[in-house]
Amino acid sequence: MNASASTIVVEIEIPISERGPSPRKVIVGYGFWLFLLSDIILFSALFAAYAVLSGRTAGGPGGVQLFHRHTVLAETGCLLFSSFACAMMSLAIERRRRGWMVAGAAATFVLGAAFLGLELTEFGAMIAHGAGPDRSAFLSAFFALVGMHGLHVSIGLAWLVSMVAQVFTLGWRPMVTARLACFSLFWHALDIVWIGVFTIVYLGAR
Amino acid sequence: MDEREQRHEQSGVSETPGESPDWKRGLVKPLMGLGASIVLTLASFWAAGTPLVWGPGVPVLLAALAIGQMGVHLVFFLHVSSGPEGTNTILALAFGVFVVALVVFGSMVIMANLDAGMTGLDGLTRMQR
Repeated sequence: MNASASTIVVEIEIPISERGPSPRKVIVGYGFWLFLLSDIILFSALFAAYAVLSGRTAGGPGGVQLFHRHTVLAETGCLLFSSFACAMMSLAIERRRRGWMVAGAAATFVLGAAFLGLELTEFGAMIAHGAGPDRSAFLSAFFALVGMHGLHVSIGLAWLVSMVAQVFTLGWRPMVTARLACFSLFWHALDIVWIGVFTIVYLGAR
Repeated sequence: MDEREQRHEQSGVSETPGESPDWKRGLVKPLMGLGASIVLTLASFWAAGTPLVWGPGVPVLLAALAIGQMGVHLVFFLHVSSGPEGTNTILALAFGVFVVALVVFGSMVIMANLDAGMTGLDGLTRMQR
């Protein structure tokens, strides 16, 4: 009681400008957070393009004919559970358990790859039926937006593999754990973008 | 939802080696996030296909569910908090949301306005008459 009271007093007495630099974890996390927000602004431009062009089908097929709710639900489930596996991986990293970290990374990777597989199958089927990005403004905007998200997921998967390799070669250095923390932020942010995609593109299809 | 979360939690604990309460404490947040996300996602898919909701109200309901789910992700997975270290994060987030809203709604309003003001083919044929 006494000890905690005295630390609170000390914290209040030292002004925030004189407390010295924040810990590395806070600074790295904040910097990466700013990058993520800029990435989300990039997506907002593609969302805007889609919102403007979603009705311009040029006589071609529209969203209702092209999208299958079950595929989208499966994709959403893959990404959601992948996010959860990534959170489990973060717990293992905090506790420095390499075995559990690898298990979490493997689950994250498999679910992310399953998502990509479903998405590429969907794209392939659409293009095979003559509904490729060159068919109409609506489809151009669709492939740009959803494809950009898929591209981010692919980059995330490559990053994850490299992080596992770094844990094995470099060990639990502060540099490596900071990168792992950034990866987990990236992965969760991609899931937030996907919430926008499935709500606006797939469920909002008219 | 409570029951499901409890079940998840039990299975989560049994598959971790952690007899230590430390693991358990760390698991609570992701499990709550997962449970809430599952419920909100299923609610979105239900809302999009159900005849029970008045048609014009569906987009509003979907938007509300999506915003709720983004909030769940921010709090439970990205650990955005109102703590002393979270102030900068939240300020940056607020600015990001502002820019996103500006870009998306601004584009929609401007393009709808342009579209309405364009003569286009329909307009030209109308003018020829």
